[in-house]
Amino acid sequence: MQERNSRKYSQIGVAILFLLLVACGGHQTEGQTQPETANGQEAALQGKSASALSERTAGMRAGQVVYDQYCATCHQTNGDGVPNLNPPLAKTDYVTGDKERLIRIVLNGSNEGLEVNGMVYSNAMPAHSFLSDEDVANVLSYIRNSFGNHADTVSVDEVRQVRATLE
Amino acid sequence: MANQLKSNWFLACITACVFVSCSEGGHRISADADNVGLALPEGFGALKVADSVGAARHIAVNSKGDVFVKLQRAVDGKGIIVLTDTDGDGRADEQTGFGDYGGTGIFIKDNFLYASSNSEVFRYALDENQRVTNPEAPDTIITGLIDRRQHNSKSIALDGAGNIYVNIGAYSNVCQEKDRTPGSPGMQPCPILDSAGGIWRFKTDGIRQTYGDGQRYATGLRNVVGLDWNQEAGALFVMQHGRDNLHDFYPELYAEGVGIDLPSEAMYRLSEGADAGWPYIYYDHHQKKKIVNPEYGGDGKQEGGADALDPVVAFPGHIAPNALLFYTGDMFPARYKNGAFVAFHGSWNRAPDQQGFMVAFVPFENGQPSGDWEVFADGFAGIDTIAAPGDARHRPCGLAQGPDGSLYVSDDVGGTIYRIVYAGAK
Ligand code: HEC
Repeated sequence: MQERNSRKYSQIGVAILFLLLVACGGHQTEGQTQPETANGQEAALQGKSASALSERTAGMRAGQVVYDQYCATCHQTNGDGVPNLNPPLAKTDYVTGDKERLIRIVLNGSNEGLEVNGMVYSNAMPAHSFLSDEDVANVLSYIRNSFGNHADTVSVDEVRQVRATLE
Repeated sequence: MANQLKSNWFLACITACVFVSCSEGGHRISADADNVGLALPEGFGALKVADSVGAARHIAVNSKGDVFVKLQRAVDGKGIIVLTDTDGDGRADEQTGFGDYGGTGIFIKDNFLYASSNSEVFRYALDENQRVTNPEAPDTIITGLIDRRQHNSKSIALDGAGNIYVNIGAYSNVCQEKDRTPGSPGMQPCPILDSAGGIWRFKTDGIRQTYGDGQRYATGLRNVVGLDWNQEAGALFVMQHGRDNLHDFYPELYAEGVGIDLPSEAMYRLSEGADAGWPYIYYDHHQKKKIVNPEYGGDGKQEGGADALDPVVAFPGHIAPNALLFYTGDMFPARYKNGAFVAFHGSWNRAPDQQGFMVAFVPFENGQPSGDWEVFADGFAGIDTIAAPGDARHRPCGLAQGPDGSLYVSDDVGGTIYRIVYAGAK
């Protein structure tokens, strides 16, 4: 009897624990603070020479420095943003989708209430046209390959071209 | 297995029910066994009135104990949720809603419910049961207030003399030519102050009042989300959200440690025509001085704002005071009477260790603070180190006092409504 009781209670405990986990599971941090360059994703890229790879890694590192200085306050180190205020950069179409649109958001800023994964955010994103083409390319390559994102990198040329259409 | 789980749950429920009714001892409402995860002072307990109601901003409780919750966004056409406790256990068992708009402000006074969107304020009549009589046809008492997304919540408070005070937050961080852009200078004078960055006063019984019908009651307030009328002082008190980016834009003037704690989140006592100094100055609680903002030529030391208000209480930086309530109830011990509760939403720009997901208390005597502020209720976030605000499971956002003197706290992440009660010896 005693044994059965204690088993029962431990089952209740498990059930409560399970419910707690379920209840609290709404939020999972998928953010990654390290660019995913050193891992399998990188190795899986085919036909790249060793020097191209290390160039890319260097760009990604430089991109993280730009990110930490200019973007992380609002979008947070883990790319999750701030609820209702600043949108996430993890798993958003703006980040991993059309590069021209992405470059334009960073150069021009945005204060229109973009819908990001079904939510809108009330803060204003300032223009970052003061960043060099290289900084923009690096930071965008970084966010396109961090926080669980996987997309091709952004080149200095691509940034230069979009900037030319703005000025 | 499924069956066994079910019967175990049955057992658990019975145990819980027995526990609750045994501990009730008369009609006193008992706290949840874990105080809903909150850490509270000795003698206090907390129970969960409801959860998952949506992004719960401010709240109001009528004299019957129904809780009205203003949601940030309307859900299924309902921007105000009404929670009713029909069996008297202190927890809501009925939920209805109305009001097809999102917003923050909600307030009950003298048989009217007031609620705000981000540009208007509406008034609903309450019947003898304190229920809304005209949920789909409120009076629009104020309209046309500026909403440029940033700092757009229109928090409200009433003075009991026919006036309603509305926060109109500045759509800017510190009135730079280019908002939130490193190196961009502050505008002199700041043009935003004409229509925002202050508290405006209107009549509670007016219809479609807009800027020309009200007064700019106080200015130089960047963004106020929490405000309340203090009966004892006969004055409006507000909590300002201080500016962002001192330490990340000016690392040479504001080093990590201290810089990240500046400027203060400040409580001001207002009077007509008062100016709290934004965007030209900020308050530094370490130096205990008003300091010129670097966008206006400041260096972190130069004092300014000779005519600007001094705060009555200064809290650490960036922890986002979202509600202010002067406690007039009889349930809590005497030292809480007429004191200020402040709900802090928690910071987003103090990485890597975000702070302030808590409710603070400041004792008051004769309408003035009579001691230091202290943490009253903590543990909302549900985790110890909060690297990013998105990690917090709950964030305090609104406060209300129930007819029995309970203190209600809303949470705009998990949609939890907490009720804090006192059960200790007085
Ligand atoms: C002051 C806060 C702030 C800073 C600094 C900031 N952003 Fe943003 N960002 C925002 C806000 C707010 C939006 C949404 C704007 C809107 O709704 O119009 C946004 C939108 C975006 C978007 C599109 C929406 C999404 O979430 O995918 C991208 C991409 C982005 N920002 C990247 C960056 C990068 C890269 C940097 C740094 C170079 C940066 N941001 C700096 C606040 C900021």
